Amino acid sequence: MTRFYLFLASVLAVLLLLPLFLDKYELGIFVMIFFYAYLGQSWNVLTGYTGHISLGHALYIGIGAYTSTYLAQAFGLSPWIGMWVGALVAVVVAFCLGYLGFRFGLRGVYFVILTIAFAEITRLVVSHIAALGSFSGIFLDFKPSFSNFQFTGNIPYYYIALGFMIFSVIAVRLIETSKLGRFMVAIREDEDAAQALGVNAFKYNMIAIAISASMTSLAGTFYANYIFYIHPDSLFGMGLSIELILRPIIGGLGTIFGPVIGSFILTPLSEITRAYFAKGGLEGLHLIIYGILAILVVLFMPKGIIIYVKRVLNPILKLDEEN
Amino acid sequence: MNTDLALQLGVQGVLLGGIYGLIAIGLSLIFGVMGVINFAHGQMMVMGMYISYWIFVLLGVDPYISLIVVAAAIFLLGYLIQSSVVNRILDYPEAMQVLPLVAVGLILENTVLLLWGPDHRSPQTSLSLETIWMGDVMVDVSRLIAFGLAIIITISIFIFLKKSNTGKCIRAAADNRMGAVLVGIKVNRINNISFALGAATTGAAGALLIPLMPLSPHLGHDFTLTAFVVVILGGMGNLIGALVGGLILGTAESLSTLILPATLKQVVSFSILVIIMLFRPQGLLGGKK
Repeated sequence: MTRFYLFLASVLAVLLLLPLFLDKYELGIFVMIFFYAYLGQSWNVLTGYTGHISLGHALYIGIGAYTSTYLAQAFGLSPWIGMWVGALVAVVVAFCLGYLGFRFGLRGVYFVILTIAFAEITRLVVSHIAALGSFSGIFLDFKPSFSNFQFTGNIPYYYIALGFMIFSVIAVRLIETSKLGRFMVAIREDEDAAQALGVNAFKYNMIAIAISASMTSLAGTFYANYIFYIHPDSLFGMGLSIELILRPIIGGLGTIFGPVIGSFILTPLSEITRAYFAKGGLEGLHLIIYGILAILVVLFMPKGIIIYVKRVLNPILKLDEEN
Repeated sequence: MNTDLALQLGVQGVLLGGIYGLIAIGLSLIFGVMGVINFAHGQMMVMGMYISYWIFVLLGVDPYISLIVVAAAIFLLGYLIQSSVVNRILDYPEAMQVLPLVAVGLILENTVLLLWGPDHRSPQTSLSLETIWMGDVMVDVSRLIAFGLAIIITISIFIFLKKSNTGKCIRAAADNRMGAVLVGIKVNRINNISFALGAATTGAAGALLIPLMPLSPHLGHDFTLTAFVVVILGGMGNLIGALVGGLILGTAESLSTLILPATLKQVVSFSILVIIMLFRPQGLLGGKK
C-alpha cells in the first residue's frame, strides 16, 4: 500500500504543477475533468454504494447553481456562503424525494422514475419563475474577486476544481471504510437481508441521498461561477444527468477511483469530439459515439475500466495486499 | 369556469389519452415480459414520427396510411435493439440495466438530430385542419381518427396476446420465465418479439401524433416520462391499466390548461405520480411484481 500512496502523491504533484505548462483551453479541459469526476463521485455515493439509481442528479446541480446565484444577485451574498445554503436546499429536496421513494422500499424502476420526474418538474417550475430568469436563464455579472467566486483566467478554477475532486475522493474513502459505508453496501446487496440484520435501511438510504445531494449541489455553485450563465434546460435537464452518470459507470461503479478514471478518459474525449464534430456541422454525433461507447462498456466490461487499470498497475504498485 | 370550454378540453384530453395509452402499453408490455424499463421509449416514438414524416414528404403518403410501414420499421428497430443489447443485460443488476437503454435513447435522439436537424416541423396533412361539431364540442378530425386507430391497435394487441400462439408464449414468459423455458418456449425469441411489439406500438403512436403536434428531435424525453407516469398510474406490466392510465392522464393534462399555462401541464402528471406513489404504489389496477 505504501507504493500506492507514493503513486497517488506523485500524481497529485503532477496535477499541482500542471498549470505551469498548459494554456487556457487545456486548463479548461482539466477543470471539466475534475468537475465531472467530482459529480460522478457524488452520484457514486448514492448509486454506487446503496444501489438506488438516480437519473435526475442534475436537479441538485441546478439547485446549487440557482440558489447561490440568486442569493448573490438579490442580497449580495458571497457564493462561498450561498453554496452551503444551496446544499441545505438540496438536502431538503432530497429528503422529500427519498421519503417518497424509500418509504415503501421502492427499488429500481420506481425510484429512477421519481428522480427523473423531480428534476423535470423543477426544470419546468424554474422556467416559469421570473425572479429566476424564466426560460432565458440568468447571466452572472462578471466581478472578479475571491469573495465573488469569480476569477480571470482558468488557474484559480483549476485549483478549486482539483480541490473539489480530492475532497470527494477522501470523502468517499472515509464513507467506504466507515460503518455507514458498510451498511450502505449491505443495503445495495440485499435490502431485506440488511433490514433483517438490524440495519435501518430507510435511515441509511436517507443519509446517503442527503450526502450525495449536498455534494452535487456544491458543484452547481462552482459551475455557475465558471460558466457565468445558468439556464434551466442545461442545468436541470436530462442531458446533464446522463452526462454525469456515464463516467462513474464506465470507470467503475461503487469504487473510489472509478469515477475519477472514467472522467479522465471520457471528458477529454467528449470535449475534443464535440469541438471537432460541431465544426463539421455534425452536432449530436459525439453523443452517438458516447452512447455506443457506453453500451459497449456495459456489455463487455460491466465492472468498469478500473479493473483493467488495476491489472496494469498491480505489478508496480502491489495493490492486492489490501485494496 | 366555462363549462363548454371544460367539456371541449375534456374531450380533447380523452382523445389524446388514447394515444398516451398506446405508447404506455408498449412500455408496459416490455416491462411485463422482461422486467426491463425501456428508457428509449419516447425516442423510439420520435423515430416513428420522423419516418412517417419522411414518407409523407418524399412520397406524399398520408401518415394514417403509412402507419403499417412505420410500425414495421420500428418493430425491426426494436427487434435489433433487443437481440443485440437488451438480451445480454437481463441478468445484470438494475443500475447496469438502466444505462444501456438510456444510451440507446441517446443514440436514437441524436441520429434523428443528425438526419433531420434541430428545427421544429409541422407538416400539413390532408386532414390536419378539418374539424367536426359533436353537439357543443368541436373536435379535430385528425384527433378523432388518431384515437380510433389507437383503440383499434390496442384491441388487436389484446387479441393477439390472447389468441395467437406467439401471444400465449409471450404471456407465459411474462407470467413465469422459468416455467416458460421448461415447457420449451424459446424465451430469447419471445423477448425479441415482445420488445419489437412494444416498440412498434409506440412507433405507430408517433405516426398518429404527426398531425397533432410539431415534430422535434427532443420530444422523446417528455413522452418517455409521460409513458412512465401512465404505466405507474395503471400498474406496472398491466396492459389494461396502461390504457386506463393513458385516458386519465390525457384528460387531467388537458383540463389542467384551464388553470395553468400549457407549458406546465407536466406538473400535473408529476403530481399524479407523487400521489400514486404515496397512496397506491402498485397502481390503480394493480401491477406485476
